[in-house]
Amino acid sequence: MVRLSTGRAAAPLLVAALALAGCAGGGGPAAAPADPQRNANAKDVTLVISANDAQGGKNADEADWIVNYVIPEFTKQEAAKGVKATVTFQPSGVDDEQFKTRLSLDMRTGGGADIVTLDGIWVGEFAEAGYVRPLTDVVGPTADGWDGWAQIPTAVQQLGTYAGKRYGIPYSTDGRVLYFNKDLFARAGLPTDWQPHRWQDVLDAGAKLKALPGVDPIQLNAGTAMGEATTMQGVLPLLAGTGTALRADDGKWQGDTARVRDVLGVYQQVYGGGLGDPQLQLDAKGRDKSFTEFAAGKIGILLESDYFWRSVVEPKQGIAPMANRDQVVGFAKIPAQQPGKGPRGQDFVSMSGGGIRTVNPASKYPQQAWQLLQFMNSAASVTALVGGTPRITQRTDVNAKTLSRDPLLTYISGQVLPLTAYRPSIAEYPQVSQALQEATAAVLAGTPPADAAKKYGSALEGALGGAGNITSN
Amino acid sequence: MTPAQWLRRLGFYLVIVLIAAFLALPVLWLVFAPFDRTPTLATSLPAWTLHNFATLADNPYALRSLGNSVLLAVGTMVLVTVLGALAAYALSRVRIPGRDGLLYALLLLSSIVTGTAAMVPIFLLIYQLNLIDSQLGVVLVLSGGLLPAAIFIMKDFMDTTPRSYEESARVFGAGPLQILRDVVVPVVRPGIATCAVWTVVNVWGNFLTPFILLRSPEKSPAAVVLYTFYTEGGQPNLGLISAFSLLYSVPVVAMYLFVNRRYGFRFHGGIKR
Amino acid sequence: MAQATSPPTDREPGREPEPGRGRASAAAGADDAAGLGRVRASAFVVPALGLVGVFLVFPAIWTLYLGLTNFRLTGVAAAHPKVVGLDNYTNALGDPGFLNSLWLTLLYVLGSAVVGQSVLGFVVVWLMREAPRAVRTTVETLVMLAWILPSSVVSFLWIAMLDRDAGTLNALLHTPGTAWLISHPLLSIIVFNTWRGTAFSMLLYSAALDGVPPSQLESARLAGASGWQQLRDVVFPHIRGHLLTNLLLISLWTFNDFAPYLITAGGPNGASETLPVFVYQTAISDGRLGFGSAISLLMLLINLVLAVGYLRLLRERRP
Repeated sequence: MVRLSTGRAAAPLLVAALALAGCAGGGGPAAAPADPQRNANAKDVTLVISANDAQGGKNADEADWIVNYVIPEFTKQEAAKGVKATVTFQPSGVDDEQFKTRLSLDMRTGGGADIVTLDGIWVGEFAEAGYVRPLTDVVGPTADGWDGWAQIPTAVQQLGTYAGKRYGIPYSTDGRVLYFNKDLFARAGLPTDWQPHRWQDVLDAGAKLKALPGVDPIQLNAGTAMGEATTMQGVLPLLAGTGTALRADDGKWQGDTARVRDVLGVYQQVYGGGLGDPQLQLDAKGRDKSFTEFAAGKIGILLESDYFWRSVVEPKQGIAPMANRDQVVGFAKIPAQQPGKGPRGQDFVSMSGGGIRTVNPASKYPQQAWQLLQFMNSAASVTALVGGTPRITQRTDVNAKTLSRDPLLTYISGQVLPLTAYRPSIAEYPQVSQALQEATAAVLAGTPPADAAKKYGSALEGALGGAGNITSN
Repeated sequence: MTPAQWLRRLGFYLVIVLIAAFLALPVLWLVFAPFDRTPTLATSLPAWTLHNFATLADNPYALRSLGNSVLLAVGTMVLVTVLGALAAYALSRVRIPGRDGLLYALLLLSSIVTGTAAMVPIFLLIYQLNLIDSQLGVVLVLSGGLLPAAIFIMKDFMDTTPRSYEESARVFGAGPLQILRDVVVPVVRPGIATCAVWTVVNVWGNFLTPFILLRSPEKSPAAVVLYTFYTEGGQPNLGLISAFSLLYSVPVVAMYLFVNRRYGFRFHGGIKR
Repeated sequence: MAQATSPPTDREPGREPEPGRGRASAAAGADDAAGLGRVRASAFVVPALGLVGVFLVFPAIWTLYLGLTNFRLTGVAAAHPKVVGLDNYTNALGDPGFLNSLWLTLLYVLGSAVVGQSVLGFVVVWLMREAPRAVRTTVETLVMLAWILPSSVVSFLWIAMLDRDAGTLNALLHTPGTAWLISHPLLSIIVFNTWRGTAFSMLLYSAALDGVPPSQLESARLAGASGWQQLRDVVFPHIRGHLLTNLLLISLWTFNDFAPYLITAGGPNGASETLPVFVYQTAISDGRLGFGSAISLLMLLINLVLAVGYLRLLRERRP
């Protein structure tokens, strides 16, 4: 037997590791908030902006905007006040999960940029971990006095709000609609100015499209391979259509309820009834492929966000470009289960996501960082970001001016955003989302909706540690 | 040739062709997709264009990241090869108690450190050492993870190299360092070269460590930059990815061909009888 | 990789190999061909061990400590992690996801390393003995190419190869519409890893076969032994040690291989979620680092069992 004389050396090493782990691993950033006014009068300031963008890669527009507009203009603005500001950009551009991991590690050690960018749904867990704090704690009471708040709709402000406090300024949002291929609709005898008013209308349209050879009538994201896209472009819009939010105001999550069963029932009708391609949902690149298929005219109806219109099928720069996008791609609001059954009695629903930017509590120059943040969200800056490629911004004044060129974005900004809802920015949300995805995966595999809902209920209890916060009926 | 022999020869070549096809077919995508205007996830004859490469040339970090990859790979290779060869030689030639157990323990532990779960301790360790956003930090961490296997391989190489040359040199009065330099190194050079290539290949493809430890985009290696060619929705930009993959692959392949030509490529030593 | 443990240091003919435990320092001369001496040998080893101690052993032990906590990167457990003792381990051993991953990983190792890479590597080497030089160089280069290309690149190649609609494999076999990665995910990654890792086995066997005395092979052939009998009676006894030690290394490497994630991301509903993928999902996607660290320790223990198993097999065969 091989001799392990190194055993003797291991013990002291273990003790040392435990000691160091105890003092360095457990503690997070400083427990008490530091003075918001620190270094407020500094004349030589360095600031770093970080975002999950990369010039020439992911979100290249925003990266270019930060480097070519925000940094030079802000530096000039500060120079006019007699302050020498050195602002740099820390790009990234990788997968959201990996970005979140690295950001957590940085903020945990009191590092990270001065302006950090977060996805809206991370706010809860970052706040609980102590990585971010309410804006008023970090920069002082003036945070609530920014004039830009009036330009950001209350619904959109939800993005950066947690436990009733503002944690940052939302910097983008989106909306979801039903896209449909007008050519296929014409061939199937459906109106090209289609607007369904209830779930059944969508399923009926799907049944008619089924007659067309080689066409998948409906693409409703499902399964775990598509990750959060299943929840956002599948489950949650449907759930909203039953009149309830995933998490009620009293803190209770939807468990094995009739509404969840109804949602899973739609999945069964689509994928069990030949109205969709179940195998596509299992493919690791299923979402990418659904886009290329839609662009090739093989999918009739697709539930997606404006990202699809702007970046996927966009004729010049899209990754699955459609030269005749404006003529062939139609869009309609997502209907509630029945007219009037949506939240607040709405006939139509949507879901939105987005991100926020905030000031790092560990920043050396919180006041100056706040100036920078306000600058980045000013009307001029946001207009500069939009540039020639229309997109939905967080400010209604900018939207009013820049979106007029684009029919879909005007549609979303004007008609869809007022109807939309956001995901709860609670630390447990990712696990709830995972359980929902698994429920749809079960239905894809043939499990009856009632059983899938039951499994979802117990998965939820496991994730939340008990049935206390779950509604079941 | 008799018909039986002819049939045997045919079968032989058929098997070889099948094996070669199995090995070569997947690589075709890398040959065609970079030159395609609208590449897809399938291999198809492209609409030839160099547009993807032009876009990469405009990207401020793409080509520079290849240089960073070379830097990290060479740095780690030097550290691992030198320290590893020294340690392997000593462990091979001198009876140090528990050497085998030690090597096995290190080999097993290296599987934890190269996995995902160790990323937080490594990050915190590098943070304590003030080496965040430094390529030196990345080199040290990667070296630590690769050394056990490297020592294992090189020691084994040296174990099967007979000591007669060293013994004779000692008899003639050469000191240990001289023996090492003039007798041992020339003989085990293929093993060291192999270890060097193995190290470079492992560092070249490593994403997680440089991603976690580096912050400045100017220092990011190609493995990290490859993952930025996705859209905000997570869809891959296949044109850029395939073109960059091709550029990313060329240096390692060239290095292997070079080493193979000069030193031969073997994991196992010994003198042919 | 000839030996699993260091060889007896005594090579002079006529002397019995000593068992080698607790040798007297008087015999140190025969231990130490180059006259290194214990001190200098330690000096040679210390730099490597120092680097390894700081950057490998220390984080590894720290990770094992994390396995005893409920540490997460975000949320309440990030700010105040609690030591939960063996809870993570009992949860893991009862977690169907973990057990599924374990089973899949064992199949993955068995299929792609023990069977796939070994057999293909050996077949290539055995066949190439008789092939013309140009053919041998081409095949060897192709095998090495598969191994050298970075994982992220290779994953795209294989996704393209196995694509349902326009993949090369479906085009060749005239089976359009077969989604290999969905209907046969484990098989797909096994074939993929065989393709990828054969290089190591090929090199090993090539060197090992070099060590088989040609005279023995020649006598066997003259005595009328068929190719198969030559293999069984002459070649295998000589390379058995090499075979086992190399199986050990490639098994360990395959066990910890992360590449399947890049191709199937864990397969449809976890059908190809090997342990390294499971740890990644747990640590990065779910953020449960404490649990992920516990699983890493469990993986290490399983690796240890595998290693000890191979070493036992090796011992049994020693004359």
